[in-house]
Amino acid sequence: MSAAALAVRPTRSRQFAGTGILLRFALRRDRVMIPVWVAVNALMVLSMPNTLEGLYGTPAERADLVAQMAGNSSLRAMVGPVLGDSLGALTAWRAGVYAGALAAVAGLLVVVRHTRDEEESGRQELVASGMVGRRASLTAALLAAAVANGVLALLVTAGLAGRGAAGALAFGLGIGGVGMVFATTAAIMAQLTESARLARGLTAAVLGAAFVLRAAGDSVTDDGSSPLTWASPLGWLTNLRAFAGERWWVLGLFAGAVLVQGAVAYALAGRRDLGMSFLPSRPGPAAGRLGSAGALAWRLQRGGVLGWSTGFLLAGLVYGGMAKGAAELVGDNEGAREIFRRMGGQSGLTDAFLAAMAGMLGLVAALFIVASVLRLHGEETSGRAEPVLAGAVGRLRWAAGHLAVAFGGAVVLMLLAGAGLALGHGERAGAVLGACLVQVPAVWVVGGVAVLLYGLLPRAATAAWGVAGAALLIGWVGPALDVPRAVLDLSPFGHLPKLPGGGMEWPPVLVLTALAAALVAAGLAGLRRRDMTT
Amino acid sequence: MTKAITVSGLHKSFGRTHALDGLDLSVGSGEVHGFLGPNGSGKSTTIRVLLGLLRADSGAARVLGRDPWTDAVEIHRRIAYVPGDVTLWRNLSGGEVIDLYGRLRGGLDPRRRAELVERFELDPTKKGRTYSKGNRQKVALVAAFASDVDLLILDEPTSGLDPLMEEVFRRCVAEERERGRTVLLSSHILSEVEELCDRVSIIRRGRTVESGSLAELRHLTRTSVSAELAGPPDGLAGLPGVHDLDVRGRRVRLQVDTDKLDAVLRSLSESGVRSLTSTPPTLEELFLRHYQDEVTAR
Repeated sequence: MSAAALAVRPTRSRQFAGTGILLRFALRRDRVMIPVWVAVNALMVLSMPNTLEGLYGTPAERADLVAQMAGNSSLRAMVGPVLGDSLGALTAWRAGVYAGALAAVAGLLVVVRHTRDEEESGRQELVASGMVGRRASLTAALLAAAVANGVLALLVTAGLAGRGAAGALAFGLGIGGVGMVFATTAAIMAQLTESARLARGLTAAVLGAAFVLRAAGDSVTDDGSSPLTWASPLGWLTNLRAFAGERWWVLGLFAGAVLVQGAVAYALAGRRDLGMSFLPSRPGPAAGRLGSAGALAWRLQRGGVLGWSTGFLLAGLVYGGMAKGAAELVGDNEGAREIFRRMGGQSGLTDAFLAAMAGMLGLVAALFIVASVLRLHGEETSGRAEPVLAGAVGRLRWAAGHLAVAFGGAVVLMLLAGAGLALGHGERAGAVLGACLVQVPAVWVVGGVAVLLYGLLPRAATAAWGVAGAALLIGWVGPALDVPRAVLDLSPFGHLPKLPGGGMEWPPVLVLTALAAALVAAGLAGLRRRDMTT
Repeated sequence: MTKAITVSGLHKSFGRTHALDGLDLSVGSGEVHGFLGPNGSGKSTTIRVLLGLLRADSGAARVLGRDPWTDAVEIHRRIAYVPGDVTLWRNLSGGEVIDLYGRLRGGLDPRRRAELVERFELDPTKKGRTYSKGNRQKVALVAAFASDVDLLILDEPTSGLDPLMEEVFRRCVAEERERGRTVLLSSHILSEVEELCDRVSIIRRGRTVESGSLAELRHLTRTSVSAELAGPPDGLAGLPGVHDLDVRGRRVRLQVDTDKLDAVLRSLSESGVRSLTSTPPTLEELFLRHYQDEVTAR
């Protein structure tokens, strides 16, 4: 009798069997990715106090900044409200939204990678056939994200403790909390969709919505009290008020969201079969119209291009709408003025704001072009390229399909961003559009480096992400940090004319375009000569 | 007879591994050629060189009379390839992939495509991610057999197919042969090779160790003979090509090199034969001999 009873009543603890082994395995697989994410994020936060001290050294200057932020809605929308005039509070203001978003991206990547990715690839089947409980994989993935966010929280707390222990602790926990909220969101999405790519995209869309909600809320209030801000986990980070009279109970919101979302994810996971999902996949056509490698490349990438395009258009509209208010803030603070000058050029501050936004969108477009070029690498290493190349398709034609999407897509994205900015701003459409299009050669250079790496050193192709990341870091953080000119010059974006406002300079644009073409040509020459890998 | 594939002295290294070490291969036009060898012996590497996906370090390869590296696209117009492990795009349906592969080759016969989808019992509306291993194989097989090509390169094409589908596959290959198409079939299923192939090549550690028709290969191996004689055998031990001789009174069991069989039979009949069983070597034995050589060589 006892044997039968045991068979039908699985003990609860066995559902988590193997979690420890899977967690160690996950951390082993992410031994590079997690430390790099954590280190980059922590460095960005911890470098902030010194930078800010250089810009707003005296209490008077800081009080001035706080007063001006109270009157400027557009910059509040971008960065959030300033809640105190200590260096700690300014650090939490300047770094909070971006550190939180970065932690959220890391959390979602880690969770999807160890849940839906594993199921989609079929690897999970073999793992689950071992002594592994039904809930072990999800638990291990969430714990891996918790380890990453925990270490980040610890580093931020320790690094900022000198500015006030309570504030440092609140800020560290808040950043880690945002990371965990989106880790659990990703855990739900991983149950809903059959595709890891879609799970990542949906979670990123939720993160984007959280950013927009907070931006909208912060543009109408200057203390984070808008319900819109309260609706966004990124807004909770503001409302935690680190270094500005901490509201400890807000940490309960993070904990509550993590618990509720985690419970939903576990409940969904317990109701489905391995590899299945709640959003059903529809049958496709019995006969296909795809007739060439180029058509295939477009079919594979069109979803991504559509998503990116929507994002760029919306971002352009939002930032265009803020442009006029931007000039109000900077007012007569010499430090902030200087930053904007370095980011955006010499002329009017509205122009500088527009130029800065166009530059920022260009940096993000570099991420698109790397992702798009590396589809070649993904197709090759997955073995899907092999039967295509065994058809009457030359390697160059096969590559050209994906490269047309990548390099053409970059132009489309910047066009849409420009159209959005121009519509949002409502003035000088031509100049705004030009400011966005002038970014294209620099985006192409980053894409060219990706093609070169893929063609010559396929095993190191993913290093192209590092190139895009470095350009992003130099372009985003560099101007605020007094980085030497030589370092700024490393990024192709540093050589572009500052439009609108500055004069159009053709030489750098033409040189960058030629450089991009040379990089692509060298990469393709390498691809033609080398062996295909599997 | 013209040659569809000729390969001589092919070398290919990956770092310190010598995947191909002077491989030779010759496939005549219109024949079904079996390509055998243990795992890791270099079959797939050879095929990928023939497809122009890898560039040989040295040696010569011609496919349909052209260089597979420089003339890859022209050759591929007349080739259909089926890998041993088909990976599909997760969000494309099987039918879309079949038509894509067909258009990337010389074109697709829609009537034959429909017929093959029926025979292989494939649902072409399902998305790539939902197919099982066997069904993914079928997608590639339908695309290959329906394509208008001269040469089919099949690399362990039936892995994951059930016995019924395996039978459909065999009939399809037989039909290809009747149409005069050339097939290079890499396989571990020896009954499949024995039934389908006109000639076979066996490779080991990147080298060709045997090549010829099955009859020729059998000739190179030993036949087992067991006999009951009227009187004690005489002089068997001294005959050339006799191995493992086991005499128990009037019962005799031995192995003999097939080309020396004649002398053994004559010697046996001198003693008067009561009963005689002679078993020709099977492909398994042929194959095992090469595996075992490898084991003892280590």
